[in-house]
Amino acid sequence: MPKTSGFDAHLTRLDGPLPAWQAVVDHTAWRAGCASCRADGGHLASLWGTDARHAGKGFLVHALLAWTGRLVWLSTQAGDTALHYPDISDLFPAAARLQRAMTDLLGLACVSADTRPWLRHGAWSATDFPLRDDFMTATASEAPYPFVRVAGEGVHEIAVGPIHAGIIESGHFRFSVVGDDVLRLESRLGYLHKGVEKALGALPPAQAVRLAGRICGDSTVAYALAYAMAVEALDGYTVAPRAQALRALLLERERIANHLGDIGAICGDGGLAFGQAQFGLLKEHWLQAQQPLFGHRYLMDTITVGGVACDLGAADAAAMTAQCHELANALHELEEIISDHAGLQERFLGTGRVTAEQVEQYDGVGLIARAAGVRRDLRLEFPHAPYADLPVEDTRHPVGDVAARVALRFAEIHAALRLICRILATLPEGPLATAPGTARRTCALGGAEGWRGEVFVTLERHAAGGPHRVHVHDPSWQNWPLLELAALDGLVPDFPLINKSFNLAYSGHDL
Amino acid sequence: MTSRALILQCLQCALVFAGAPLLAGWVEQCRAWFGNRHGAGPLQPYRVLRKLWRKELVVAHAASWVFRTAPYLLVAAMIIAGSIVPLLAPIVPLAPAADAIALVGVFAFARMVSALAAMDIGTGFGSMGARREMLIGFLAEPALLMVLFTPALISHSTSLAVIVRQLTTTRLFLYPSMAFAASAYVMVLLAENARIPVDNPDTHLELTMIHGALHLEYAGRHLALMEWAGAIKLATYMAIGIALFLPWGMSATGSASGIALATGLLAVKMTAAGTALAAIETLLAKLRLFRVPEFLGTAFMVAVLGILVHFLLGT
Repeated sequence: MPKTSGFDAHLTRLDGPLPAWQAVVDHTAWRAGCASCRADGGHLASLWGTDARHAGKGFLVHALLAWTGRLVWLSTQAGDTALHYPDISDLFPAAARLQRAMTDLLGLACVSADTRPWLRHGAWSATDFPLRDDFMTATASEAPYPFVRVAGEGVHEIAVGPIHAGIIESGHFRFSVVGDDVLRLESRLGYLHKGVEKALGALPPAQAVRLAGRICGDSTVAYALAYAMAVEALDGYTVAPRAQALRALLLERERIANHLGDIGAICGDGGLAFGQAQFGLLKEHWLQAQQPLFGHRYLMDTITVGGVACDLGAADAAAMTAQCHELANALHELEEIISDHAGLQERFLGTGRVTAEQVEQYDGVGLIARAAGVRRDLRLEFPHAPYADLPVEDTRHPVGDVAARVALRFAEIHAALRLICRILATLPEGPLATAPGTARRTCALGGAEGWRGEVFVTLERHAAGGPHRVHVHDPSWQNWPLLELAALDGLVPDFPLINKSFNLAYSGHDL
Repeated sequence: MTSRALILQCLQCALVFAGAPLLAGWVEQCRAWFGNRHGAGPLQPYRVLRKLWRKELVVAHAASWVFRTAPYLLVAAMIIAGSIVPLLAPIVPLAPAADAIALVGVFAFARMVSALAAMDIGTGFGSMGARREMLIGFLAEPALLMVLFTPALISHSTSLAVIVRQLTTTRLFLYPSMAFAASAYVMVLLAENARIPVDNPDTHLELTMIHGALHLEYAGRHLALMEWAGAIKLATYMAIGIALFLPWGMSATGSASGIALATGLLAVKMTAAGTALAAIETLLAKLRLFRVPEFLGTAFMVAVLGILVHFLLGT
């Protein structure tokens, strides 16, 4: 077992397929834990707070650290009166926005450089805290949001959004530019806070898994799977091998559908409508095939707590294998066209570059990290069922520009197709759903490598039988700051292309 | 001025005004076909114009008369430009009223009007679009002038009517200099009409827009007029290209049978030009914004080469 710098004594192993450990420590140890995780080359996977006053623990601050082959869930109690906890944004810059969100939702505070609200846009006031148990109603109070100003001769700002000319989710981008050169980009997100985490806790798991699958429509399998894994760990389910294999199959199908759509959209932004139409067609065929097999084009409600809600017959499996080979052939042809298209490559190469150092520093995850050569893949780093038995490929690209992200999407589609074929060839027999076991845990972690990156769901049981504490973490939390870096020193009209090559979630990031 | 010429002039005005959206629709339809899509049919621009015309007119609070009058000025400027170019016969009365250089001036005036209107309401996108539009304009106009100088040198006149008459009436002769001019003209046409690779007419991404950003704040019939003016501009540019480089088939006298033949030929030429434009747009991706000066610089150089070739060969 890898060492985690003297923390092993405190840690208790959590149930579930992921190699996860948990500990509640004091402030000093909490910060020390974060620091040694950083020193060991680990990354911050999530940061959140919970109202634990029902158990007499006040408010808890939790950090999920991806630390040398283990997921370490470190919790600490926020100070009694001032609700203080140690700032870790100097260790993990990605923590800054998570800390601001914690202040907005729970009123927990730390001494950090940036104390502006993040999710609070005026729907509730600075003294309302929606994630607290005693929160009832909010009073709206809007305050101006101070963007960081860039001064100098000829510097001006371009404000884009939150309402866009196309069908895009709400996000505001503030560019400080000289002419068409970007000096700084600051994004403001969180326009559509919906209170999903409280709603998830209040629903019975069988319904909550459906809601989890609707947090972010393009990642429905990843979210539902992460939630289901957490509930299964909490209530002692043992998921049958066939259900495990089918879950992996669904997750890979979701990955392929989104990558196809993204490559098409990137071509469209590059001005090559032909590519957009071709990939749109491939994606549509892929989605249409899912309707009869799984009951939903986008695979919603296919994952249930304890198993899956769909099955594949032998004929279906053969047809799917054929479909995979067909798609692989079609892709080879299109990949050649795109990589040989001088105009398109001129747009892609060197545009929106993110370096491996930046990814490490900002805890970038998922596709964006892999496109810059950093190995960030839940399936590989933290082997868990069913991926532990599958030949997951280490798909990476060293460059980190738009071209790298396009090339990586191609590589991941091919890898996912091979995985699907492998799963289909080795699909175990057995039941699809199981009943809960007898074990009852107080907290549990679920996670899935969705097409954007790692999606985590944590559950904590209420001491008095009230609603579970649910926290959902989207990989976009860590990747949005990287987008701002990628846009630097570029041209304003290149930003939409860079943005599309990232394609981060607005909804998943703002629950 | 004969009554026939007058009728012809009116016919040309009507043709340019009413037919321009059809050409734009045809280009879109071809692009759809080339991209393996069905497309909405070449009549789609008319449906869009009708829809926009019926919509409520929304004007920004900060808009002044500049913003309100711009759509009308633009359409007027484009109709004037469309009337100057010899379309069916080089005898239209307005043709001598302005030469090729004045025509470039009309386009420059239209560009100035749309840039002022975009800046009038003071939004970031309007100013950004205006800035980029002027960048393209100041690079494209010299290139366009250089293109026009080659046929002007050949026919010893800058009047489009004289150029067309000269080119159609002399024996068929291939001018190598005109091949250079034609290549440069296609590049200028792409830039001036906001087509790929310079601009993407289909994009909804405000930050990448050049021409589209000028229209962002327009709605209802104002927007309809702006779109219509854009279609007329494309048709006029096509007509100039046809007049300069493929003028054969125009009626020299304006007789009824000649006009009928010329109209038919014009339809064929426009269809072919539209198809070629769609093919170019399908094959190319959009250029990075700062590559556009290189693109238009190339156009300028090619046009200058045309003039040099003309002097070298002495034709």
